[in-house]
Parts: sequence; structure tokens; C-alpha cells
Amino acid sequence: MGLYVDVARRRNVLIVRLSGELDHHTATQVRHRLEDELSKGIDTNLVLNLENLTFMDSSGLGVVLGRYRQISQLGGRMAVCSVQPSIHRLFEMSGLFKVFSFFEDEERAIRACGVAS
Amino acid sequence: MSEVHKNFMELSFASRSENESFARVAVASFISQLDPTMEELTDIKTVVSEAVTNAVIHGYEEKTDGVITIRTWIEGQKVSIEISDQGLGITNVEEARQPLYTSKPELERSGMGFTIMENFMDEVAVDSREGQGTTIRLVKHLKTHQQTLQH
Ligand SMILES: Nc1ncnc2c1ncn2[C@@H]1O[C@H](COP(=O)(O)OP(=O)(O)OP(=O)(O)O)[C@@H](O)[C@H]1O
Ligand SMILES: [Mg+2]
Repeated sequence: MGLYVDVARRRNVLIVRLSGELDHHTATQVRHRLEDELSKGIDTNLVLNLENLTFMDSSGLGVVLGRYRQISQLGGRMAVCSVQPSIHRLFEMSGLFKVFSFFEDEERAIRACGVAS
Repeated sequence: MSEVHKNFMELSFASRSENESFARVAVASFISQLDPTMEELTDIKTVVSEAVTNAVIHGYEEKTDGVITIRTWIEGQKVSIEISDQGLGITNVEEARQPLYTSKPELERSGMGFTIMENFMDEVAVDSREGQGTTIRLVKHLKTHQQTLQH
């Protein structure tokens, strides 16, 4: 079971869809990929779509928090969407639920980053 | 009166990060003989992942020649899991168990591993000796089917 990272762009929003399992092993891959994409200097905002993420542990919290810090430094916004209940529990437990903005679907998350559809 | 169902398994593997998913899947499939709920299975997978990841990152500092051992006991609906390493050990267990405490913030750790274990399991015990290693003991009482049906 690995992790797949699918990347799309809308204006200055980087849309990242994760599917599979996000743990310590696969978090490294996500971090490198997103650092690469963000270093291109195209995007200031980030939407993380977790709809097809079937497993996550504290390593996932770490990598999401790390990208939030990176995006905040760029002066951008980060929105997380389509989080499954089991993963939602982890965000709640860590208090990150209050830090990031969560949305039901990708369109709403993109709009929250200031891009009209 | 029928006897209580008892079972046991033990598993040792190298301290490589790719074994984290193997370990949680192995424990989950062993537990599945108790017919757990999806939520119980996810809880167990998550805590095994936390403890094994801690052994890899903190116990062995990502050196791949360490050994991690997992023992799992089943007794009726009670599941006991022990995860051990012979790594660096924890100097201050009290501090380590605090929510958001991490000794490795530079690695993007959130310091939530122990908090997650405590939330998902009924008992969490930490036995650690500096320079000798760490053993985490976790216990969870699964709901019986009758209890599940009542809810
Ligand atoms: N097996 C271990 N060997 C040595 N030190 C450990 C071990 N497990 C935990 N620790 C210590 O306890 C601290 C807290 O662990 P915890 O899992 O709660 O957080 P973390 O691993 O730092 O971050 P996260 O789990 O959120 O990625 C660690 O930072 C580390 O210092
Ligand atoms: Mg941890």
C-alpha cells in the first residue's frame, strides 16, 4: 500500500489530491513533492484534497502542518477538504482543526482561497 | 461455560520505514479473528503505526539495522500489544507523553504519537531505559457483538 500524489493548478492555487496511506514512510515523499511544486513560485495557495486517503497517522499531521507553515510564509492560504471521519478525529485531537480551514469539497476549498469558478 | 478464546503472535523486523505499513496490517489481520468494528481496526492500525514509527525515528534514529518486535495477545475480547526496540530509550517519559512534545521538531513531527495512543487505547504503559530501549504496552477491550448490536 503506497501513496499517490496528484497535482493540479487553478490560477495561483496548487491542488494536491492524496490517495492511499500517509505515514512516516510516505510523508517524506509528499513533503519533497510539495516542496518542489511550491518552489516553482507559481502558487501562493494550497488545497489539500484528502478524499481518497484511507490511512493517516501523526506523520500526516506533521507534513500537513509543515505545508501550512510554508504557505503562511508565502502569505497564502491553505484549505483542506473531503476528510474522512477516521482522519478527521486526528485533526480534532491535535487541535489543528482550529488552525486550518476545512471544507466539504474541492470547489468550496478552492473558492475559499479566493478563486472564482 | 466455554473457555475464553486465547491466541498469541510475535513478529520481528528491521527498523526500516517501509515496515511501518507491514506491521500495522499484520497486527490488524491477526486481530480480525475477533471480528472488530472498522473503527476498532483503524484505532489499532494507527497506534501500531505510532509506536513502530517512534522506534524507527527516535529509538534507532532511522538506522535500518535495528530490530523491532511486536507481540500481540488475545484473551476473550481483550487485545494486548507490546512494541519494543533496543534503541536509545527515553530520558524523561513523563515529558515525552505530553501532547505536542517532540524531541525532533526539525523533522516535522507534531508530538501527537503518545496522545493518539492514549486516546485510541484503554491502557498505555511505557517502559524505557536510556541506552537500552523502549517497550510500549497497549491494551484495548473490543466491544462484543452484543454490545455492538445494542448501539
Ligand atoms: N521508541 C522510542 N525511543 C526513543 N524515544 C522515543 C520513543 N518513542 C517516543 N520517544 C520520545 O518521545 C517523544 C514523543 O513521542 P510522540 O510519538 O508523542 O511524538 P513524536 O514522535 O515526536 O511526534 P509525532 O508522533 O507526532 O510524529 C519523541 O519526540 C521522542 O523524544
Ligand atoms: Mg511519534
